[in-house]
Amino acid sequence: MEMTVTDVEYVARLARLELSLKEKELFAGQMGAILGYVEKLKGLNTDGIVPTSHAVPMENSFREDITSPSIGLEKALANAPDRAGSFFAVPKVIE
Amino acid sequence: MKYQPVIGLEVHVQLLTDTKIFCGCSTKFGSEPNSQTCPVCLGLPGALPVLNKKVVEFAIKAGLSTNCSITPRSIFARKNYFYPDLPKGYQISQFEDPICQRGWLDIAVDGDALKRIGITRIHMEEDAGKLVHGELSGPGDGSGVDLNRACTPLLEVVSEPDLRTSDEAVTYLKQLHQIVTWLGICDGNMEEGSFRCDANVSVMPVGSDTLGTRAEIKNVNSFKFVKQAIEYEIQRQIDLIEDGGTVVQETRLFDPTSGTTRSMRSKEEAHDYRYFPDPDLVPLVISDEWIERSRQKLPELPEERRQRFMDELGLPLYDAEVLTSSKALADYFEAGIAAHSNAKAVGNWIMGEITRSLNDSGTTIEACPIRPGQLAELLKLIDNGTISGKIAKTVFDEMWRSGKAAQTIVEEQGLVQVSDSGAIESIIDEIMAGNAGQVDEYRSGKEKVFGFFVGQVMKASKGKANPSVVNELLLNKLKG
Repeated sequence: MEMTVTDVEYVARLARLELSLKEKELFAGQMGAILGYVEKLKGLNTDGIVPTSHAVPMENSFREDITSPSIGLEKALANAPDRAGSFFAVPKVIE
Repeated sequence: MKYQPVIGLEVHVQLLTDTKIFCGCSTKFGSEPNSQTCPVCLGLPGALPVLNKKVVEFAIKAGLSTNCSITPRSIFARKNYFYPDLPKGYQISQFEDPICQRGWLDIAVDGDALKRIGITRIHMEEDAGKLVHGELSGPGDGSGVDLNRACTPLLEVVSEPDLRTSDEAVTYLKQLHQIVTWLGICDGNMEEGSFRCDANVSVMPVGSDTLGTRAEIKNVNSFKFVKQAIEYEIQRQIDLIEDGGTVVQETRLFDPTSGTTRSMRSKEEAHDYRYFPDPDLVPLVISDEWIERSRQKLPELPEERRQRFMDELGLPLYDAEVLTSSKALADYFEAGIAAHSNAKAVGNWIMGEITRSLNDSGTTIEACPIRPGQLAELLKLIDNGTISGKIAKTVFDEMWRSGKAAQTIVEEQGLVQVSDSGAIESIIDEIMAGNAGQVDEYRSGKEKVFGFFVGQVMKASKGKANPSVVNELLLNKLKG
């Protein structure tokens, strides 16, 4: 399946990735090959087969509604690039 | 041209669990920012979310109470977008196969016939963190992120675009609000954001069957604002079209101070959330037995209870509606009639004196100083003729203040009603003797004077004379 540089740019923007033209061309080819394989799979007869959402045959893993200790403010903010008091500091966001 | 508004609501219901949806951090409101966080809700690499079972139980309750089908096998999905309040870069939500589907609520606006409003789906998801602006202690003028709210469990209830007026929208919303608070799965606090509403609004020419382009209005956190925001938005779209413009699909923010909506430019870029099943969370399978167990545990819902009050107790619709406006009030009423079977009287006193006193003192029915059994004791004294309805109000006020039993107050203050005709007759004789002029007036046909005599007798007896005995004796004596 054909992937263009424009397609790659669209996906890259959604993922906030900055790519060089060379990379875009490289990835267009690779993504095209992957999607081509998926196209091929579409040819299989899947009538009556439930779509697979998970690779592991497992269901209903729960926890009870009981509090467990949080890690604490200092640990939570330990890896923050920037902080302001008890908050993570980020560039101004205006709505 | 005439236009038909089309409205759909998306309501976020914050669930009353002790812990978050995918980790054991507390959901308590108002703690120090970022103090209730862990690797899961901070979105740290390698952390594994595990579903809070209570969230599922609450979702099933909400679904059954809104006539939804419960999906036998539902899955969680990642909704991918970047925003500073979303630590993982995706929100865990449900996309395909949400837990509840295809329900409805029947609403009645101003006593009109019932109208069925479809509920497309109810799904479970995690909340994002909270952004704060301009109140940071640190340098610079950036924004701050508090992730205490991140991962708090929400239900999103999505209606069909079946609503046509702002009144219908508010009625639907109030009904949904009543159900989730009645079920005890949400505290319903709109100001704190426990119950928030986004409105999708569009207009189309009357008679058209093609929906217009819709705008999504956010930040409407009271019933009043929902009405205002929708009405403003309908008019804005009509004006725009009439002026030759076109409505663009966008997110708009309601501004409560001006009562207007404005475009949120920051969110204008085309959304492509690239939903896909979250591999960290296994499918959720809900058996028929589980659904049945939940159904058994459901409380009697407001609508059913209202109907029962009308059918079994003979209450008028208005009374039944007021008395089922909250579960606590309905419980209070039922405890009252269990102790005194005069349902109409118990209802009247709750809707009258109790409600007035609660409002005056800013108390809730849960904390009402007069318990249902005590109210019943007071009403028994009226119904067996010990005190008059008028005296009962005095007794009620004293009960409210002192917490004493009605019987005690009546005895202490000597408020027992006088029904003894001899005693009342002598009062009447005295008053007629002292007001010969008025007696003549009455006898010459001015029957209005009768009220004057009743008033005088009641006053002379300090309100204790039995009013029906007074009426009867007065009538006989005045006729001569």
